Amino acid sequence: MASSSTKTIQDLTQRDYKYGFVTDIEAETVPRGLNEDIIRAISEKKGEPEFMLEWRLKAYRNWLTMKEPTWANVHYPPIDYQNIIYYSAPKVKKQVGSLDEVDPELLKTYEKLGIPLGEQQRLAGVAVDAVFDSVSVATTFKEKLKELGIIFCSFSEAVLEHPDLVRQYLGSVVPYNDNFFAALNSAVFSDGSFAYIPKGVRCPMELSTYFRINAADTGQFERTLIVADEGAYVSYLEGCTAPMRDTNQLHAAVVELVALKNATVKYSTVQNWYPGDKQGKGGIFNFVTKRGKCLGENSKITWTQVETGSAITWKYPSCILQGDNSIGEFYSVAVANNYQQADTGTKMIHIGRNTRSTIISKGISAGHGQNTYRGMVKILKGARGARNYSQCDSLLMSSTCGAHTFPYIEVKNSTARLEHEASTSKIGEDQLFYCRQRGIKPEDAVNMIVSGFCKEVFRELPMEFAVEAQKLLGVSLEGSVG
Amino acid sequence: MSTARAGIEKDPYLAAFARLRKESPAWKGSWTRPLREAAITRFAEIGFPTLQEEEWRKTSVAPILRVPFAAQPAYSANGFTAKALERYTFEPWECTHLVFINGHFAPGLSRLRPLPEGVIVEPLAQALEKRRDEIEPHLARHADDRHHAFAALNTAFMQDGVYVRIADGASIEEPLHLLFISTSRGEPVVSYPRNLIVAGKGSRLSIVESYVGPHHDLYFTDALTEIVAGEDAAVDHYRLQRESEKAFHVAVLQADLGRYARLGSWNISLGGGLVRTDVNALFGAEGGEVRLDGLYITGGSQHVDNHTLIDHASPGCTSHELYKGVLDDRSRGVFDGRIIVRKDAQKTDAHQTNKNLLVSEDALVDSTPRLQILADDVKCTHGATIGQIDEDAMFYLRTRAISEAAARNLLIQAFVSEVLHGMRIEPIRAGLECLLFTRLRKGHGAGVEA
Repeated sequence: MASSSTKTIQDLTQRDYKYGFVTDIEAETVPRGLNEDIIRAISEKKGEPEFMLEWRLKAYRNWLTMKEPTWANVHYPPIDYQNIIYYSAPKVKKQVGSLDEVDPELLKTYEKLGIPLGEQQRLAGVAVDAVFDSVSVATTFKEKLKELGIIFCSFSEAVLEHPDLVRQYLGSVVPYNDNFFAALNSAVFSDGSFAYIPKGVRCPMELSTYFRINAADTGQFERTLIVADEGAYVSYLEGCTAPMRDTNQLHAAVVELVALKNATVKYSTVQNWYPGDKQGKGGIFNFVTKRGKCLGENSKITWTQVETGSAITWKYPSCILQGDNSIGEFYSVAVANNYQQADTGTKMIHIGRNTRSTIISKGISAGHGQNTYRGMVKILKGARGARNYSQCDSLLMSSTCGAHTFPYIEVKNSTARLEHEASTSKIGEDQLFYCRQRGIKPEDAVNMIVSGFCKEVFRELPMEFAVEAQKLLGVSLEGSVG
Repeated sequence: MSTARAGIEKDPYLAAFARLRKESPAWKGSWTRPLREAAITRFAEIGFPTLQEEEWRKTSVAPILRVPFAAQPAYSANGFTAKALERYTFEPWECTHLVFINGHFAPGLSRLRPLPEGVIVEPLAQALEKRRDEIEPHLARHADDRHHAFAALNTAFMQDGVYVRIADGASIEEPLHLLFISTSRGEPVVSYPRNLIVAGKGSRLSIVESYVGPHHDLYFTDALTEIVAGEDAAVDHYRLQRESEKAFHVAVLQADLGRYARLGSWNISLGGGLVRTDVNALFGAEGGEVRLDGLYITGGSQHVDNHTLIDHASPGCTSHELYKGVLDDRSRGVFDGRIIVRKDAQKTDAHQTNKNLLVSEDALVDSTPRLQILADDVKCTHGATIGQIDEDAMFYLRTRAISEAAARNLLIQAFVSEVLHGMRIEPIRAGLECLLFTRLRKGHGAGVEA
């Protein structure tokens, strides 16, 4: 039995990356390297107002003085930041009114990715702001959202059409000098999504963006800003796939969420970028700064992530719980297979009174994968009655992988209550035996057990996403139990 | 790495070393000199840690560096009498006591009892030359001073301590008590206690290290103990840290375990102004068992930092760790526990728990339990909690007409008893309980002795 299940695991873990293809579209790029001229060029190409350029330059000058962080439990060859093309846009520059005007090559790519960008999208109830490399090409459902006063558009559009909102909130959660990768992003970010939900509005559909890295050697520097005004509710989905590519690609995105009084923001991610081949060659470097601020009373931010891709993941979606009674939640499933390295977790910073946070993190390591949970729970002096519950479980699927847990707990208020629990184990022989005994194939048994292990997280995902995530997990781990 | 801190803080220590190299009669011609020189070179390279270093993120050593400490060159009783030492032992407790004052062995105050055959207990400074063949393979070979400036300093300046060797199959029933007393008498004094314990195959031993000092004295203790436990040996180690509330105390315990060796460690911190202890256990061969228990009870403006590292480098080893803290007043507790399970260490069973009780509004605590697991057939868990006295329990006691203060003390005692009850030397357990009880009743929840 052991050998057959080992084989199953191998089959599962060694499945090829399903989403590898390169779309041949003419791309407009700037020269390699990074200096102030490149930043000016990017800003000019996008026709940005003066304040944006200044902000970018400020970030760039700050970035020059910063050092790349080395504390994470990941190893990769040094990145030559002068050997990256910082801007790439498909040459279809004009904003388009209908799908017919969109380059058919692009549409095919989306089809392969399974984005419902046709008529059926209305049935699927998904408004997609598709980001192809760096420039938004089509935004749907805009009109419907417009009726409610919801702004959902590409970041470049927001800069031009809603400069006041952008100015007010850009960098308010992740300042331009926050960390090395955030500073780099602030200097060169190309595009991303912007959403504003006005007072008291409940966004009727899941907002969604598909990011896709396309042109070779193009770093992706996305910037997302979501603002939920008083009493608003929004659920946002982010999903990623990337074509197979041999050289490592850098991705340094920044996501900022702002929740005002009584507002709720739910941010869900399924990340499935190219993880490199079985020997650990290639793959995306994913260095992301994601942070949400519960600015007002009773506000709530929920991060849910399923991380199955990328060669290296460096990502800590965090919550600043500033408003009294605000709530932060973090649900994560991270998979590290083959030679993938994931250093991910969250930060919960309790500032307001009676703030609460929940952390559920599930790490799965297989092959030679290294999975690290790194989290911080910080209770500041004024955070009376703060409450935190953290649970980090790791599942080990081979004798060569690693699972690490580094929780940091800092308490400066004695009325706080915190609990942290972590466990690490492999799939139980008895569990497998039980399933096998009932005629379940080893592969299915492994899938069942893993799904059960991740259930608490999947439960938090929107329905459509949960299905996709479960499939993805099956693909990423096919054949993984010993 | 340590560029952030100006090198100038190292200078007094380097100068003291240069002086001793020239003048110290004990160093002259000793085989330990190259050892000392290598250590001071490493210290000069790494320098004192800064808050930027992961291992020292929560503990600033700057207050230590601001005081011009000097070591006491030779033994002096400094006015201590046997009577005055009684308060630092727990009665009735008949056993061998070795007393050290400001780092030097105090023969007149020590009490040696006949030892069973195969057991050697000697002050390290005496044993160094006489038993070079036995000591050289172990001294400074186990503790890592490449990343720990204070461990390097201790090796460079090591003064005295105990050398214990238990022959194969031998055992000593009575515990060994080492009492390290520091007193500054006006001039801040630094001492470098150093202990080496080599337990042979199948041997048994309990050792107790007490660190004490008179109230209000400003001094610095930089201690290091190396334990080498051979196959099937069982070693129990107790650290009772009751330094003066102004004292600085930095200590490292490194235990290397052989096949099926067992270690019990109780690390009790009650005193000290700024305290940092590192307790490290390494499983060098299969089947070892480690139990690390710790208790830190702090008050005033004390800062107590406990780092532990359990290195499961071999398969089939078990470790249980329980550290508990009670933090009062403006004190600060730090716990950083790391468990590493190496690639081939299958069938590892590791459990770690850290629980903290905050009894004042202004106390702070940082807890970082870490698991690094590189094998798959393992059972590892860790847990950390931070909380206050349970309101329901409080209410229960209050409805039974127990005063608020008494109820609070009862609950604190119940909280710490989990650690105390595991202790295998009854007089210490009872003595500590009594000590805590008195302290709690006096109203200061913790910390330094009055």
